[in-house]
Amino acid sequence: MPSRSARPRFLNLFQIRQPITALVSIIHRISGVLLFLSLPFAVGLLHLSLRSAGDYQRVLHWLALPGMKLLGLLLGWAILHHFFAGLRFLLLDLDLGLRLQTARATAWSVFAIVAVFFLLLAWRLA
Amino acid sequence: MTFRAQGMRAWLLQRFSAAYLALFVLAAVLWLATGGSADYSGWRALLGRPVVSVAFALFFLSLFFHAWVGIRDVLMDYVPNLKLRLLLLVAVALLLMGLAVWSALILISVYLS
Repeated sequence: MPSRSARPRFLNLFQIRQPITALVSIIHRISGVLLFLSLPFAVGLLHLSLRSAGDYQRVLHWLALPGMKLLGLLLGWAILHHFFAGLRFLLLDLDLGLRLQTARATAWSVFAIVAVFFLLLAWRLA
Repeated sequence: MTFRAQGMRAWLLQRFSAAYLALFVLAAVLWLATGGSADYSGWRALLGRPVVSVAFALFFLSLFFHAWVGIRDVLMDYVPNLKLRLLLLVAVALLLMGLAVWSALILISVYLS
């Protein structure tokens, strides 16, 4: 067996057209990491929102700032994708939708449903 | 416990926490869609209800365990250097434990003042 470093490395992920199911999966990961990074700020906002009436107003004021709305949109998208892709993975774990054709269709559906709810969210935040 | 069973435990934890998180998020979105809370006193009163506190506590518990398994998987996949991986795992674990204590204190503080 060749040593670890001698193994051929020729995979350029960006030159491979990923199947739709792979895209759902990797974006599920990316959105999960994004949400993880947001946790300290989310807990911080919850802390402030419950501390005093003044702090509560301050949180509302911050959340209404354009930059924060943009960030909210990004995290909202992350939650939506993580939620619906995660639901799909849970169903796959229950052996539902394992046929390739079905799996591709549900992967497309995840993107479609996320897009619809994202537009709804953007409309509500605007 | 065998080596394989340890992976199984994380796998199960990930799925059960996911199910609770999904239900909680659904409930939160429905609450927001039906008006939500307009002011500070209403927000405090909501978090002052024991059933809501417990739901939030379970939410945070699920959230931090879910995040732990997820980030652990990501680090195991993308950080081949074992020392660096261990360092990052410890940092993430400390952060999540800190957040767990912080969020518990937040939930308790509503009852104290």
